[in-house]
Amino acid sequence: MQFLIARLFQAAIVMLCVAFIGFLVFQYIGDPVLALVGQETTVAERDALRESLGLNDPIIVQYFRYVANAIQGDFGISYSFNREVSEMIADRLPATIELVLLSGVLSLLLAVPAGIYTGIKRKGGIAQTIMALSVIGVSVPSFLLGILLILVYSVWLNWLPSFGRGDVASVLGFETSLFTLDGLRHALMPAAVLCLFQLGVILRLIRAEMLEVLRTDYIRFAWARGLPARHVYLGHALKNTLVPVVTAIGLQLSSLFAFSIITERVFQWPGMGSLLLHAIGQSDIPLLAAYLIFVGLIFTISNLLVDAIYVLIDPRIRHGAR
Amino acid sequence: MTDFLCKVEGLQVTFPHRNGDFVAVHGFDMHVKRGEIVGLIGESGAGKSTIGNAIMDLLSHPGKVTGGRVLLDGDDIVQKTDKEMAYLRGRRIGMIFQDPMTSLNPLMTVGDQLSETISVLQNVTMQQARVMAVERLSGVGIPEASDRMNQYPHEFSGGMRQRVVIALAMAGDPDLLIADEPTTALDVSVQKQVLDLIRSICVERFLGVILVTHDMGVIAQTTDRVYVMRHGKLIETGASAQVIEAPSNQYTQDLIAAIPRIDLREERFRNPPKKTGEIDKWLLENKPSAQTGDFLTATALEMDFATRKTTFWGKGSGFRALEVPDISIARGEVLGLVGESGSGKSTLGRILTGLMQPTHGTVSFTDHGPLTQVKSAAARKALRRDVQVVFQDPYSSLNSRMRVDQILAEPIRFHGLAERGQINHLVGALLERVGLPADAGRKFPHQFSGGQRQRICIARALSVRPRFLLCDEPTSALDVSIQADMLALLMELRRSLGLTMLFVSHDLAVVRQVSDRVAVMKKGVIIECRESEALFDAPENDYTRMLLETAPRARVCS
Repeated sequence: MQFLIARLFQAAIVMLCVAFIGFLVFQYIGDPVLALVGQETTVAERDALRESLGLNDPIIVQYFRYVANAIQGDFGISYSFNREVSEMIADRLPATIELVLLSGVLSLLLAVPAGIYTGIKRKGGIAQTIMALSVIGVSVPSFLLGILLILVYSVWLNWLPSFGRGDVASVLGFETSLFTLDGLRHALMPAAVLCLFQLGVILRLIRAEMLEVLRTDYIRFAWARGLPARHVYLGHALKNTLVPVVTAIGLQLSSLFAFSIITERVFQWPGMGSLLLHAIGQSDIPLLAAYLIFVGLIFTISNLLVDAIYVLIDPRIRHGAR
Repeated sequence: MTDFLCKVEGLQVTFPHRNGDFVAVHGFDMHVKRGEIVGLIGESGAGKSTIGNAIMDLLSHPGKVTGGRVLLDGDDIVQKTDKEMAYLRGRRIGMIFQDPMTSLNPLMTVGDQLSETISVLQNVTMQQARVMAVERLSGVGIPEASDRMNQYPHEFSGGMRQRVVIALAMAGDPDLLIADEPTTALDVSVQKQVLDLIRSICVERFLGVILVTHDMGVIAQTTDRVYVMRHGKLIETGASAQVIEAPSNQYTQDLIAAIPRIDLREERFRNPPKKTGEIDKWLLENKPSAQTGDFLTATALEMDFATRKTTFWGKGSGFRALEVPDISIARGEVLGLVGESGSGKSTLGRILTGLMQPTHGTVSFTDHGPLTQVKSAAARKALRRDVQVVFQDPYSSLNSRMRVDQILAEPIRFHGLAERGQINHLVGALLERVGLPADAGRKFPHQFSGGQRQRICIARALSVRPRFLLCDEPTSALDVSIQADMLALLMELRRSLGLTMLFVSHDLAVVRQVSDRVAVMKKGVIIECRESEALFDAPENDYTRMLLETAPRARVCS
């Protein structure tokens, strides 16, 4: 428990640092007043605006005001859309989260069994084929794969729609496309593209860990005392491969958000990624800063979760032993 | 039904290799009866563990049985399918591995591992299995078994873990138990308890036991009959007492003669033949002028290890690992430091050589002053040249990417001890001095055996002409016959070069052979420190006496 409290405290510090960087973006990339006003505004009017926006206060005061607002969900107003940034993120976030979740679940469902299988039967033909395919998954760029999928399934076969999010249904107050057939049809290809890289990485990691664990004494002892294969592989070996695998999945989860930028672009998916690209194009600094903080938050939370899962998996961490 | 529970006939095990097959076991015969403990002894690489693994059909890849039969109650199990073998494991044949630290799944409670095994092997529900598991745990001598069911392996001590391992191996009530070096990783006092437990299980359940070990003392203490192996072949067999007292084979005789004796300090370790003398003149150039007095003294040593901080701002609680009011080593003396694992003997050795900083107290060298005052780079360099270490594991203490001559030349060059042109000649002479051919320098460490590597480590320590040598368990990783050579070499070097030595070991017999004075450590405190012979002949402290009594001996009387 103390371990988790300490981690939580560290996470808060990390978030303050991320927020500071986000805030510095405001300070040093362009002059917000210049961006707000037109050509005809007089110097006096600009100074008044500067004063009313609090831009003449010391940096540290501005920083804490920014953090205080951010905690309450207020990230300012987007320059290019003239809307609350928080509102825009709330609009776009569900789309990205559902994409990331779908591809994450998809990759885990495929990677864990495939990783275990290739770890156990490493010489078999099927295992060799899976390993060869996983190299392709890791090395083919996701935009290329996306375009290929569109070509095959949308243009030639006309099975799946090539862009957009499709119908959405409201579940627990969120708009999601995961609960309508049309929505799922739209989400399938982007999620598949997004999951392929993760799939290759996690699969290879689980296989490597599995090979490692199967050589240990406690697995040999498990065989020697007559436990059936199912118990040895799934009960004893798999759990021992999990600590490094959970670490990797935590990091991968964060990178899914990063990769989603490209995938969303290819499939015209209305999520955070396309919002970011737009913000970069328009130098929309409040939006950029909010995105930065938001990504930082995702990384921090996923690492926090990873630490919590460690504690659940490994009693040696729980008891502070070596 | 035959008389024999298990009979091995002409067993041959082969490991295919691209440079030709390696035959690990050639035509091996043995048999085990119920209620009998049979020993299988040999040095590393003799193939003794391979036989145990072959019976279990758990040979490591790519090894396979290429000939012979293994009969279990007259039924050849070599011919069985994988599925049939899997059924025999645990139910008919149980196995215990060497290291109890690694044979249990670290992520599962002991109770879960045991009840899982029982429920699978005995075909009972998990609830019934849990009840049985508690009984089994108390049966192997684990106190408060029902509480300890919910603990994880890391919460058990080494001896307790090995008891758990035995309970696990016995979960399916097998008829044959193969124990592969079951006590090698344990302290002597615990070793005796575990061997007694195996003995009592064998008698109570009328079990056949194959005990694989490299330790003649374990054989003498536990087994009824013994098979001596070398290079995969059976060398000699017979009743244990007879083989140990009157071995008929030359190899067995040498093997037994090589075991250091705890009850006697033997001449052969003190006066081995001297090999070369030319290099000694160079080595003696750093000999101190004074030959008497203390080499080093230490006072009021305390060492605390902080346990890991659990919070960002918290302070970890301390753990007192060492408390030594005073200790000194005279010039030219060999001080032996013995104790069980965790007694702080290695920590004390490291503090005395300046490898570790004590929390309190001072270490002072007569030639260099107090360790805390040795601050300038030049002074440190001089101190380090005088104080050298030989580590326990000759496999990890040599840089595998450097050639042996580079390893030996580096310290000579660093300390500027010889002209550039001389170094090659010196390295060759050093290698010959420790009993290796002069051209060994052109090879890499991995091309040498464990004993040869330890010789390289000694040569490396000598290359800076030290006055003081810390030997931290220098022979623990070696076979007995090689251990004997190594001790003889160290003693000869000490005599020729007048080295002062601190000899750390858990093996009382080894310490007796080499030490002038012995300090016995327990839980970070020196409980007895006297002249070696006096201490071994008439120990004053109860703990020392207990250590001496529990140590396995090959010869009961002499």
